[in-house]
Amino acid sequence: MAEVTYLEAISQALDEEMTRDSNVFLLGEDIGYYGGAFRVTEGFYEKFGQWRVIDTPLSESGFTGAAVGAALMGMRPVVEMQFADFISCAFDQIVNVAAKNFYRWGGKTPIVIRAPFGDSVHGGAFHSQCPEGFFFNVPGLKMVAPSNPYDAKGLLKASIRDDDPVIYFEHKFLYRRIKGNIPDEDYVVPLGKAKVVREGADISVITYSAMVHVALEAAQVLEAEGISLEVVDLRTLLPLDKNGIYDSVKKTSKAIILYEATRTGGVGAEVAALLSEDMFDHLDGPLIRISAPDTPVPYSPPMEEFYMPRVEDVVKAARRLAAY
Amino acid sequence: MNIEKKDLLQLYYYLKLTRRIEDRVTALYRQGRILGGAWTSNGMEAISVGYACALEKNDVIAPYFRDMGAFLARGITPKRIMAQYLGKKTGVTGGKEGNVHAGDINLGVLGFPSHLADNYPVAVGVALSFKIRGERRVAAACTGEGGTSRGDFHEALNMASVWKVPVVFICNNNQYAYSTPVRIQMAIKDVAERAVAYAIPSEIVDGNDVVAVYSAAKKAYDRARAGDGPTFIECKTMRMHGHSEHDAAKYVPRELLEEWKKKDPIINMERYLISNKVSTEEELVNIDGRIKKEIEEAEEFAEKSPLPEGKEALEGVYASPI
Ligand SMILES: Cc1ncc(C[n+]2csc(CCOP(=O)(O)OP(=O)(O)O)c2C)c(N)n1
Repeated sequence: MAEVTYLEAISQALDEEMTRDSNVFLLGEDIGYYGGAFRVTEGFYEKFGQWRVIDTPLSESGFTGAAVGAALMGMRPVVEMQFADFISCAFDQIVNVAAKNFYRWGGKTPIVIRAPFGDSVHGGAFHSQCPEGFFFNVPGLKMVAPSNPYDAKGLLKASIRDDDPVIYFEHKFLYRRIKGNIPDEDYVVPLGKAKVVREGADISVITYSAMVHVALEAAQVLEAEGISLEVVDLRTLLPLDKNGIYDSVKKTSKAIILYEATRTGGVGAEVAALLSEDMFDHLDGPLIRISAPDTPVPYSPPMEEFYMPRVEDVVKAARRLAAY
Repeated sequence: MNIEKKDLLQLYYYLKLTRRIEDRVTALYRQGRILGGAWTSNGMEAISVGYACALEKNDVIAPYFRDMGAFLARGITPKRIMAQYLGKKTGVTGGKEGNVHAGDINLGVLGFPSHLADNYPVAVGVALSFKIRGERRVAAACTGEGGTSRGDFHEALNMASVWKVPVVFICNNNQYAYSTPVRIQMAIKDVAERAVAYAIPSEIVDGNDVVAVYSAAKKAYDRARAGDGPTFIECKTMRMHGHSEHDAAKYVPRELLEEWKKKDPIINMERYLISNKVSTEEELVNIDGRIKKEIEEAEEFAEKSPLPEGKEALEGVYASPI
């Protein structure tokens, strides 16, 4: 066991997978000689050389497409978006090429797209987004979003070994703030499995990535008031772990869906729809979504603070639900 | 090209104003007063000042994030700029956006989306509207050489040439895209070679010579106004600071910076103005004094301006709210 940061866990997963399998290689802007905008691949260039840590031209669509081609030839490319926001430039390659290859003609496309996302650097509209909603209705695509170092490493390894395209959302806020113990030996965290990170009896908070920590904080506050939150970390966003969600809600009969993305048409809407379709008989209160509002991410600190879902939003919603 | 004294002094004024404002931005960023990032055009001021000053009032620009000089030359005031950096309500975007991620349609400045070269096709559309309506206006779009590797860049050049619209593409080739040197960004020697594939005439200019940039831009705008279509201008320069102010840029050889330090665009212009007897040293000192005062006032204005309220985040999503 060793204690590592979330960022180190990601870095270790890449390093170990590249060492284990010579088909694994990296592409992205400034990831080689410089070591990446967030230093995730620091030292990789020296260790693995320029053809396994490729500094690309500024061409997201181009290098994602190239990764797709290499994947079809049996390689296992891992692409880095400098910020998740720039993933939109590669939208077509992800949505129409990578995600549909296997269904349309059996072309296996094992690429991983690492996307540093979320609000944390006061970056305004183009360095803070949570773009998972854009990709949420794309069949053939998988999406993961770890909340801690253990999952960060295990999910990245599982994503690299998986035969489908996976978008790996890594939260910039967690990079150096969150530490945790991880085993020395090789392990994976299977795709498609949510995890209860805090057991509770009254209300399920279904969440992922940085918001897991907001939920955990709210749970502590509420414990003093006698309200017991169960926190479910989705870990994989696409496809969702229905049973993992249902098991928790069967126990608590109430659910809050907490996420940092904009409100409409994303993970919140989908989880709520699933619960109302399949868990109606178990529910004792309304489903509540807590999210960012439907606006671009604003820059000025008071607006940015207002924009982000907060602990007190969860606390208030839980009090309201507890009354049912 | 014969440039009048008042125009030359205006170029000098904006060069110096740009340098001084960005120096203040850097200082405030280091003090933690500016949140997020701070990107400057240090050593590259001549490009955005040159291309923007050569325009007419009702032309339109699509600048990128190192075009502070163009912002200023189009009439976005130092007050609004300083307030923008501090996230204030009186800033260009009222706090919605930070730094140079701003625009003002009334001044013919399109907002810069971070996604490099996204505004290249947009500038083509601006020029297309001028062509359709028979207006003698032009659009000017700028990006770094890194941005020229994006598909949008190439699609824009192709359309502009096929439609022969009045747009001028400017490229700030400062030799690095973040840490990526030109040699691994593209396999050609000059970015201008990219224009050849689209049958767009190009010019390569010394990006540290504001008079050269201004003259090349003016010529290209005249051509565009005459209905002869787009031009591509590559301005060779060097990024003297890190990619942003947090970046020590250890990947840039020190000798390269030393070499370019000697070609500072402001010192260049001072030498030009004095050796050609356009102005005296005293005149230049006076201009600088005015600039310092202007920036002090701008900073004071920005400091005193209120921050927006949190809930204002919800405003302005739609132009026609439903
Ligand atoms: C599409 C896209 N990908 C990545 C980035 C992140 N990024 C911001 S600036 C930059 C380098 C830009 O280089 P260049 O275009 O040469 O302009 P310079 O910074 O050198 O002025 C990168 C990679 C971005 N803004 N847009």
